Amino acid sequence: MNMNERSVTSKELLKKLTALHYEGAAKAKAEGRPVVWATSISPQELLETMDLATVYPENHAAAIGARKEALVFIDEAERDGYSQDICSYARVNIGYAGVGKSEAQDIPLPDLLFCCGNICGTVIKWYENLAKELRVPMIFIDMPFNHSFHVPAHSRAYMRGQIEDAIEQLEAFTKRRFDRDKFSEVMRLSNATCEWWKKATDLAKAKPSPLNGFDMFNYMAIIVCMRGSKEGYELFKLWHDELAAKAAAGMGPWSSAEEKYRVMWDGIACWPHLSTTFNALKKHGINMVTSSYPESWNLRYETNDLEGMAAAYSSIYANRNLDYDIGYMKKLVDEFRLDGIVYHSNRSCKLMDFRQYEVQRRVGELTGVPSVIFDGDQTDPRSFSEAQYETRIQALAEMMERGKGGMGL
Amino acid sequence: MSYRETVTKLRERALDPAKSAAALTRETGKPLIGCFPVYAPEEIIYAAGALPVGMWGGKTELKLADRYLQSFCCSVMRANLELGLKGSYGALRGVVIPTFCDSLKCVCENWKTAVPQLPALPIVYPQNRSAAGTLYMKDELARFKGEAEKLLRVNISEEALMAAWETYEDCRAAQRGFVAAVARHAGAIDAETRHLILKAAYFSDRAEYARLLRVITEGLASEAEDSTEASPGIRRRAYGIKAVLTGYMSEPAEILRILDENGVAVVGDDLAHASRQFRVAGRREGCFWELMAGRMADQSGCAFLYDPNKSRGRNLLHMVREADADAVIVFMMKFCDPEEFDYPIYRKELEAAGVPVLCLEVDQQTDSFEQIRTRVQSFAETLGTAPLGVRAGGKA
Repeated sequence: MNMNERSVTSKELLKKLTALHYEGAAKAKAEGRPVVWATSISPQELLETMDLATVYPENHAAAIGARKEALVFIDEAERDGYSQDICSYARVNIGYAGVGKSEAQDIPLPDLLFCCGNICGTVIKWYENLAKELRVPMIFIDMPFNHSFHVPAHSRAYMRGQIEDAIEQLEAFTKRRFDRDKFSEVMRLSNATCEWWKKATDLAKAKPSPLNGFDMFNYMAIIVCMRGSKEGYELFKLWHDELAAKAAAGMGPWSSAEEKYRVMWDGIACWPHLSTTFNALKKHGINMVTSSYPESWNLRYETNDLEGMAAAYSSIYANRNLDYDIGYMKKLVDEFRLDGIVYHSNRSCKLMDFRQYEVQRRVGELTGVPSVIFDGDQTDPRSFSEAQYETRIQALAEMMERGKGGMGL
Repeated sequence: MSYRETVTKLRERALDPAKSAAALTRETGKPLIGCFPVYAPEEIIYAAGALPVGMWGGKTELKLADRYLQSFCCSVMRANLELGLKGSYGALRGVVIPTFCDSLKCVCENWKTAVPQLPALPIVYPQNRSAAGTLYMKDELARFKGEAEKLLRVNISEEALMAAWETYEDCRAAQRGFVAAVARHAGAIDAETRHLILKAAYFSDRAEYARLLRVITEGLASEAEDSTEASPGIRRRAYGIKAVLTGYMSEPAEILRILDENGVAVVGDDLAHASRQFRVAGRREGCFWELMAGRMADQSGCAFLYDPNKSRGRNLLHMVREADADAVIVFMMKFCDPEEFDYPIYRKELEAAGVPVLCLEVDQQTDSFEQIRTRVQSFAETLGTAPLGVRAGGKA
């Protein structure tokens, strides 16, 4: 791709790369090359270095959810004995592994599983089950939960040790040598892509924000699956440049309406109800300008510093303690000049949910910004009530309106 | 004290944990440290001159915990937080909170704010129990020891650690001996009593507990295996079905009484609250830290520890065959992700091997058991081995 031929928009490129990503996996399978399934914030640098075609079940489940197809696979998993109470990404993916076909997007079944425990403990169980059911090997990198503010030295050493083990396991699996020079290059490129992802999403600090946060949900798929590739790097640079131009021109998120309020969205999107959740906000002029996502893929470290890489992966919001999380949320409220916060009590994600009440209280006390919590789910359409959501958003709009009138909370 | 009196003593100890914990600290003069599920480095606490006590929930009205946890959090975590907020843990000096699941990670964080008067000692066990994991575990245990020393204002010597290890190893051997004896004498110890005797460990000094447990085990050995003589406080019946229990814990105990009513004897278990605590014997060689890390590394088939071989189904099948059991009964703790994920896999393996599985969804706060009673009854009938009394009167 030549960056000088700037005829293609980032949106078009996003679509093209998404298609390429899935085609690449299908082609690998067809040619007898192995396919890897990996968790969304895993050190993909190792897989990229080994040139392994990798797909991300969380991305895939989200796409199935957004296409309103989740229940087909959820039903399949539940028939198999999976409880309705476990993560719906897991149920969709495990169901898909049984069915093997979807309208939204097909993915080849894996020959290897690559799982990192930084995002939750749930993925350990989910991937263990896939490994057993599909009879494929699994590489697992544990990232201990950080109940202290910083990542402790012995955790860093443990994670580095596991990364070294993972490299050996990959060599054994592929029967190929792990190319350390290529690894350095992938690390450098991954850092650069993450930097542009962060810079692009940071542009939403402008008032009005050139970014409609729901668009960020779309771009997220590529920061998950292509951050170690040149194409991924180019996409985020292009997206950044477009947003920067919009910001310079004073343009807001939408052409049809003005940004009146700026909020943060805490938690994963409700993929099956994307338009409903988006429209209810837009109706009140509410733009979602940020979430915990931008920082989740701001995975930055010195090239060739394995311990630094491990610490970066271990330092994401979900794996940190409450003091960090609350401080981080306060920073977002200040930097993005937020008027409010929408908390998604996501039935699938216990790790995010069971800290949410305390985060809401303390961030509210620290910043004075109003907030609401609504009940939903990332992919199970049954755990969401449109009426409840709209009422909560209405209440938030009213609180923000009063806040703007100087009455505060 | 006779073995039957000892049974009564341990039953009573488990029936009133708050009273037993208060008595324990009063009688021993030692401070108590609460331990959240699933595993805790109890040996380190014991070596510090304190006594670890179990915190596996309990029956309580859930109100205050709702400020921190949504209703779809498991009832044990909600109960622990509720009891902490209510001030019910006054007998404790601090609490150990490991992070074996996502709910535990959150409760660990919430506890710091919600119950600040009762300091939390978090501990993060490695999931990858490879060489790197074992090395990490040793460091994490050493860090924990430092925190325990600060809290309890003591220095813990290597000798005290090794002595505590021996005490716990001896206790675990006694626990293994006890469950093996019950499997042979299911007629003498009903399911609820078995549960309560094992539960009593959590409110005991393990040295004393091991002695009491051996009195029971030896007493059982003196009973004829098919004895029908009634024991005081113990209902004796002829059992038609031998079952292995699996899951998080076998509470509410009312369900165990339902098993008993339906002629189901418990001949083994794979419960996190029971056998998973003691089924792995320590290695013979190594320093304290290596022994502690080794025992965790040797545990397999536990929902809370990464198991690349997913060996739970195989382990259960082995237990069923060893004990000549007829079925596996699952106590599925509602909202316990790790247990819920394991279930479809081991169920499939057990059923493929012809072992019937009954899955009972449980919640510690439940007080309506009719549905469970009906399911147990029909399961027993399906197996065609309902208790002798029922069979004589009720079946064509």
